[in-house]
Amino acid sequence: MDRVDKIRGPISVLNRSDVDTDQIIPKQFLKRVERTGFGEFLFYDWAKEPGWDLDPNEILVTGRNFGCGSSREHAPWALQDYGFKALVAPSFADIFYSNCTKIGMLPVPLPEEEVHALMAVAEAEIDLEDEVVRFAGREVPFEIDPDLRHRLLNGLDDIGITLQSGEALERYEAERERAGPVTTSL
Amino acid sequence: MAAEPTTLFDKIWAAHEVAPGLLYIDLHLVHEVTSPQAFDALRIAGRKVRRPDRTLATADHNVPTDGSSRAAQILDQLSRVQVETLERNCAEFGVPIYSLGSERQGIVHVIGPELGVTQPGMTIVCGDSHTATHGAMGALSFGIGTSEVEHVLATQTLRQTRPRSMRISYSGALGFGVTAKDLILGTLGQIGVEGGAGYAIEFAGEAIERLTMEGRLTVCNMTIEGGGRAGMIAPDETTFEWLRGRPAAPDPLPLESWRALRTDEGARFDREVHVDANALSPQVTWGTTPGMVAPVTDAVPEPRTPGEERALDYMALEAGVPIEEIALDRVFIGSCTNSRIGDLRAAAAMVEGRRVAPSVQAMVVPGSANVKLQAEREGLDEVFRRAGFDWRSAGCSMCLGMNPDILAPGERCASTSNRNFEGRQGRGGRSHLVSPEMAAAAAIEGRFVDIRDWEPAREPEPAGAR
Repeated sequence: MDRVDKIRGPISVLNRSDVDTDQIIPKQFLKRVERTGFGEFLFYDWAKEPGWDLDPNEILVTGRNFGCGSSREHAPWALQDYGFKALVAPSFADIFYSNCTKIGMLPVPLPEEEVHALMAVAEAEIDLEDEVVRFAGREVPFEIDPDLRHRLLNGLDDIGITLQSGEALERYEAERERAGPVTTSL
Repeated sequence: MAAEPTTLFDKIWAAHEVAPGLLYIDLHLVHEVTSPQAFDALRIAGRKVRRPDRTLATADHNVPTDGSSRAAQILDQLSRVQVETLERNCAEFGVPIYSLGSERQGIVHVIGPELGVTQPGMTIVCGDSHTATHGAMGALSFGIGTSEVEHVLATQTLRQTRPRSMRISYSGALGFGVTAKDLILGTLGQIGVEGGAGYAIEFAGEAIERLTMEGRLTVCNMTIEGGGRAGMIAPDETTFEWLRGRPAAPDPLPLESWRALRTDEGARFDREVHVDANALSPQVTWGTTPGMVAPVTDAVPEPRTPGEERALDYMALEAGVPIEEIALDRVFIGSCTNSRIGDLRAAAAMVEGRRVAPSVQAMVVPGSANVKLQAEREGLDEVFRRAGFDWRSAGCSMCLGMNPDILAPGERCASTSNRNFEGRQGRGGRSHLVSPEMAAAAAIEGRFVDIRDWEPAREPEPAGAR
């Protein structure tokens, strides 16, 4: 995973709330078995609406509850493949937020009025190290889990980190694992 | 000193924490759409599936419902490749699979409880947002993305920030004609589609305790539509009765430890919500999120936000139109929300001796091969067919329209599924979410009706029909 640090440049705006992952990447594109190439299908149906305009900048600013619905990671893949490196919104759906962080795309929650202020400017800088968004001569702080921030700043692989807890895992399986269904002998 | 009172969620979480924020996963359910990239990544990294014996796969999302019994028969090439890829991956990594043609194939959230691999106290994940379904049996279950699928395959654990806790308590009982689906739709109308975000939700109270196991599965299934990561219900006699004798259920059932899976008196939740079950009516969604919902006796509301305006425009509905005047083109009975045998029995009881309106095309898609077989043993397939329904084979089908079962642009559908998003059931399609009983009655009338006072005449049974 690439490191995330400062993301700076012009912003794209999609001023809609409750944007679900079915809109971000419709189902007919989920049949691919690869992880790449989803960008051209981003917002496939909405992109046909008259007046639709979404430049592939590095920062997307959008409405609350972004990424709700289906857990498809194809949605973050499509956004990233299109060119976005960070998403700013008043809130994100849980699974979507988590999915973004797994691929090194930074979701940035800001208060609703700050998101609206950001939508009105042309450029911004998102600084993960300092946990702030800079625009129009101001600095607005955002929150992120410290472990997650560390992982993103260093581009660390989740599985690699977990396998460092290999001993704890083996101990758990030896001493505490629950009896449960054995799927291989059904 | 007495131990601090804890919630059902706390107990399951504590029992599975391998290290802070690292949860052991007791069961990983896998399907064809969100797994191929995860298996690929394992291959590239030279990793194995750590616990194939805690992993189970099925093909459900894009399988045709035309009775095809082998992947090779799938006409859509991309779908065929995806199902074949799942079969190949499972063979290579030693993961058991019930693919197309297996008598145990079906929607992943239907077959888990049906086989009894879903059990109280477990942690369960699947690369599908409706995984919260399994919480109805007192499990802690999350939907995850493909990177997390890979993580669980490789490590049998999941990194999770601990969610906050919420309890939704239902007082009273559901009235005649008001179902578990109406209970959860009404709740979504009350808390909104973001009301549960960041929470693990426990559903509790008299109305929940009275629900059948299948009704509870319907409720927990739609937790995600309120933004909640997990939904759960404390296991009780209804749960144990359901599990007894299922293929994967222990014999005897470990009742003592399962009965301990309850929220203690005095345990604290970060948020408590109360819903009066007595006050709920049959619900119909009118917009493009599951929270845009109203009682069937209401009219389409005035839009209050740009999102609601957009939704009415997409749905081609005018504020003030009574919901009972909304005419339908299609009816879909199926999905992980409402495709279990109890759902089909309830719908069949509505349509028996009646005919689907000429303007309506209606279909029933059982949730699993087992449900289909059981329904056929009971003659439900004949009831549906005689009424004019199309009787299909198991899969996710028109809930998400990855297979050939889709709405045409502009078509309006009464659907027992879980999402009425724009284009969800087919580009330009308009979906109204309802209970199986409401969908069945709507198929007969060609429009929504309040099933509480709906009793049209039935035709006499044809001689020798059953």
